[in-house]
Amino acid sequence: MSITLDAKIPEGPLADKWDNYKENERLVNPANKRKFKIIVVGTGLAGASACATLAELGYQVEAFTFHDSPRRAHSIAAQGGINAAKNYRGDGDSIHRLFYDTIKGGDFRSREGNVHRLAQVSVDIIDQMVAQGVPFAREYGGMLDNRSFGGAQVSRTFYARGQTGQQLLLGAYQQMARQVGLGNVKLWNRMELVDVVVIDGRCAGIVTRDLMTGEVSSHSAHAVVLATGGYGNAFFLSTNAMTCNVTAAWRAHRKGALFANPCYTQIHPTCIPQADDFQSKLTLMSESLRNDGRVWVPANLDETRPPDQIPEDERDYYLERLYPSFGNLAPRDISSRAAKRAVDSGRGVGPLKNGVYLDFSEAIGRLGADVVKERYGNLFEMYERITGEDPYTVPMRIYPASHYTMGGIWVDYELMTTIPGLYAAGEANFSDHGANRLGASALMQGLADGYFVLPYTVSNYLAPFLNKPIPDTSHEAFKLAEREAADRFSRYLSIGGTRSPDYFHRELGKIIWDYCGMERNQQGLEKALSEIPALYDEFQKDLNVTGDGESTNQTLEKAGRVEDFFELGMLMCHDALDREESCGGHFRSEHQTEEGEALRDDDNFAHVSAWEWTGDPTSPNLHREDLAYEEVKLQTRSYK
Amino acid sequence: MTTTLKDLTLKIWRQKGPNDAGRFETYDIPEISDEASFLEMLDILNERLIESGLEAIVFDHDCREGICGTCSLMIDGHAHGPQRGTATCQLHMRQFTSGDTIVIEPFRATSFPIIKDLMVDRAAFDRIVEVGGFISAATGGAPDGNLIPVPKPVADASMDAAACIGCGACVAACPNGAASLFTGAKLAHLNLLPQGQAERFKRAEAMVDTMDEYFGSCTNHGECEAACPKSISIDVIALMNADYRKAKFKNRKALSRT
Ligand SMILES: Cc1cc2nc3c(=O)[nH]c(=O)nc-3n(C[C@H](O)[C@H](O)[C@H](O)COP(=O)(O)OP(=O)(O)OC[C@H]3O[C@@H](n4cnc5c(N)ncnc54)[C@H](O)[C@@H]3O)c2cc1C
Ligand code: FES
Repeated sequence: MSITLDAKIPEGPLADKWDNYKENERLVNPANKRKFKIIVVGTGLAGASACATLAELGYQVEAFTFHDSPRRAHSIAAQGGINAAKNYRGDGDSIHRLFYDTIKGGDFRSREGNVHRLAQVSVDIIDQMVAQGVPFAREYGGMLDNRSFGGAQVSRTFYARGQTGQQLLLGAYQQMARQVGLGNVKLWNRMELVDVVVIDGRCAGIVTRDLMTGEVSSHSAHAVVLATGGYGNAFFLSTNAMTCNVTAAWRAHRKGALFANPCYTQIHPTCIPQADDFQSKLTLMSESLRNDGRVWVPANLDETRPPDQIPEDERDYYLERLYPSFGNLAPRDISSRAAKRAVDSGRGVGPLKNGVYLDFSEAIGRLGADVVKERYGNLFEMYERITGEDPYTVPMRIYPASHYTMGGIWVDYELMTTIPGLYAAGEANFSDHGANRLGASALMQGLADGYFVLPYTVSNYLAPFLNKPIPDTSHEAFKLAEREAADRFSRYLSIGGTRSPDYFHRELGKIIWDYCGMERNQQGLEKALSEIPALYDEFQKDLNVTGDGESTNQTLEKAGRVEDFFELGMLMCHDALDREESCGGHFRSEHQTEEGEALRDDDNFAHVSAWEWTGDPTSPNLHREDLAYEEVKLQTRSYK
Repeated sequence: MTTTLKDLTLKIWRQKGPNDAGRFETYDIPEISDEASFLEMLDILNERLIESGLEAIVFDHDCREGICGTCSLMIDGHAHGPQRGTATCQLHMRQFTSGDTIVIEPFRATSFPIIKDLMVDRAAFDRIVEVGGFISAATGGAPDGNLIPVPKPVADASMDAAACIGCGACVAACPNGAASLFTGAKLAHLNLLPQGQAERFKRAEAMVDTMDEYFGSCTNHGECEAACPKSISIDVIALMNADYRKAKFKNRKALSRT
C-alpha cells in the first residue's frame, strides 16, 4: 500500500493553528446535519462526550459498547484528576506551560500542533463539566480546588475526591443519556465491534457481535469514530478493567489503519504489588498520593525490621535524593524505573520483597489524620480492603504496573486514521502524549477529543457527502466481513483443546512484561519475538472454549480478544526493537546515560513509527512521520 | 500473614437463558488463599471448569475496584455479600472461614431480568437517567467554572450522592424491588447544586415517574442503605420525595398558566 502520512497540521503560528483550522474548515449547515449518520464505538469519556456533542449538533448518532451501560466504561476508574491550564492558583500556569510540560513529559515525541490544541481546550473542559454538574472539590469560599500531579511544578489538577474519572464519566454519560432520551442517539449496549468495513477506500461501517445472542450484524454510516480505549491489558496484569482490550483498534488496523508507537506503554509507579500467582488484576493507588506520601526503601540490603522501627538515617528516600526539585512527584516513567532498581537491588519490601514504601507518617504529623483522610480516605480504604493493612499506621507498599498506552491508532490533526471516514479518539489514538503521559492528562485528552475536536473536524470530512446515502449493508464487503467474523468465533468453539483463553492471556502477558515491559533490550525482544509466535501456535491448537455461540459466553468473547493481543504483542516487540533509543516509557537498556537515565537519539528517532498490517503479524511494515519542532527546543529531560 | 482456607462449598445459581428454569449447582473449592478476592475464586473455578470441558459460570464484572458498578452477586442472601460498604469485587476471602458453604445468586428483581447464570439486565436504570438525570448544558458556551461559587458543604453533599455506582444492590436488597436509593442519589447529586436548580422540579417528576414504571414502590424498609456498597444515605430518598411533591404542585401551576 502506498501511504503518505500527512498530519495535516494547519498553517500559522502555533497558538493560532486551531483557530485557523476552524476558520477554514468546511461546515455542514444545521438543517443538513440530520442527514448524516455517525457511528461512535465506545462510550468512555471520549466516546460519550463525542456522542453527546454530535447529537446536540444534530447528527444522527449510533453508539456501541460491549458494556451493559455507557456508565461502566473504564474511564470510570480514573482516580486522581484532570489537568487544565486555568491558572486559578496564580502560580504561573498558562496554556503555553501546559503545552510545554506535556511535550517535555512525553519526552519530545509528540506533535506540537496537537498538544497545543489540547492545552487550549483544556480550560473549556472544566467550564463544561462544571456546567453539567460535576461535583469537583471546592474550597471553603466555593471556588474550585486544585492539587499537583507528577511532571508539573504548578497546581493545575482538578479533582472530585479520589474518583474524578467516575464523576467526569457520569457527566459525559448523562449528557449522552439526555440525547438518547431525545431520540438523537441510538444506544446499542452489550454489542462488540468485531470488524471494520472499508468500501472504495472509505470507512463504510462496522460489524458487531451481540454478546447476548451471538448474532453477527452490520451497521453502516457516513463516518465511524473508535473511542475504544487502550491496550494495557496486553500485559495481562494491569490496572485496566478486566474487559479492556485492543480488538476494535486491531480490527481497524487489519483493515488499513496504521498503528503508531505500539511500544510506548506506561508503567504506573504506584500500584499495589502482586500478592500471588492467581491474581487477575492490579490495583492503582492514585498518583495524587505522591503529593503527601514519601517513597522510600531500607538503606540496608538485609533489613528485616518493620518499617516503623527503621530509623530515618537508615532509609533511602531515593526519589528525593535523585530528583531533588521534583522529588516524590517525578514523572511516572522515571519513578517506575527507580522503584524497579530499588527492588532489583534487593531492597524491596513486603513478604515477597516486591514493593517500595509510600509513607504518610510525615504528612499525618504535619496535617493531621483528618486532613489526610479528607484527601485520600477512599484510597486508603481501598488499600486496606485489598491488603488487610492500615496505611494510617503502616506505610503502603507499592510497585509499578502497566497502566496506560500512549501508542494507538495513528491519526492526523483531525483525529482521522489512515482510513478516510474512520476516526480514533481518547486512549485509542496515539496523538498527544508522545512517549510518556503526564498524570491527569488522559481524562483531559479524552474529553478534548470528544467535546471540542471531533465535532469540528467531522464536518470537514462530511460536507462533500451531503445527500449521499449511507453504504448498503448488503454490499459484498459487509457480507464477507460478517462471514469472517462468524467463522472466527465458530473456530474458537471447535478447536477443542485443553487450555482456557485466560491461560494463554496470562502466559502471553508474562512474555510481554518480561521483555517489553519497564526495560527492554535487543536480546530480550528477539526472544519475545520467537516465544510469542510459538505460544500463538499453541493457542490455535490447544484452546478450549466451552459453551455455545448463541448465548452469553464470556469464554468465547475472551478468546477473540486474546487472539488480537497475540498479534498486537508481536507488533509491540517489533516497534520496541526498531526504536534504538530510550525515550519516556520506552527504555532500552542499551541506551542510557551513565546515571541510568533514558538516552534519546533525536537525529534518528524524532519520528512517529506507524506500522502497516501486511497480513503476516511477524513482518509488519514501517512508515515514519517526522516530528518537526518549531516552538520547543529538544532537550534532555531533567527533573533533578 | 497469608493463610489458606480449606473445603469451601459453593452453591451457585445456573440458568441457561432468560426463559429457562434455573437451579443451584454445587462446586467444591478444596483450597483458596485468604488473599484472593471473591471474584478471583470464581475465576479459578471457571478455569477449572473450562479445562475439564464444562461451561464457565457467567457473571458480570469489570473494574474490580468497586467503582464501575458492574459486579452484582447475592452472596449468602446479601447483595454484594456480608461486608458492609463493599462491592462484590472488593470482597476478599479473608471474610470467610474454612468449611463454609457459600450461596451465590444473581441480583433478583423483576426489573432486572436474568440474562444467564449470575448476569442480569439493569438497563432500566439508564431509562431513568435518560428522562432527567442530567443538567441540560450543551457543549460550548459554558461560563467560567468559578463563576458560580459552590460552598464546600454543598459540593460535598452532592458528591456523597454522586458516588452511586449504579450497581443495583439497592433494588436487589429491597423487598419491593424499589429503585428509590438509586433515583434519589442521582436527584440529590444534581438538585443540590446551584447548576441543577433550573431543571430541579422537572427532573424530579420525570425521573420518579419513570422509576415507577419499571420498579416497585418504596415503603421505607431501609435495606437499600445497608446493602449499598458506597453507603449512600437513605436521606436522599426523603429529599427526592419532598422534591417530587413540590414538583407535582409547581408543574401543575405552570401547566395551568399555559
Ligand atoms: C486505574 C486507572 C486510573 C486512572 N486515573 C487517571 C487520572 O487520574 N487522570 C487521568 O487523566 N487519567 C487516568 N487514567 C487513564 C484514563 O482513565 C483513561 O486513559 C481514559 O479514561 C480512557 O478513556 P477512553 O474514553 O479513551 O476509553 P475507555 O473509558 O476505556 O472506554 C472504552 C469504551 O470502548 C468500548 N469498547 C472497547 N472496545 C469495544 C469493542 N470492540 N466493541 C464495542 N465497544 C468497545 C467500551 O465498552 C468502553 O465504552 C487512569 C487509568 C486507570 C487504569
Ligand atoms: S467490578 Fe467494578 S464495581 Fe465491582
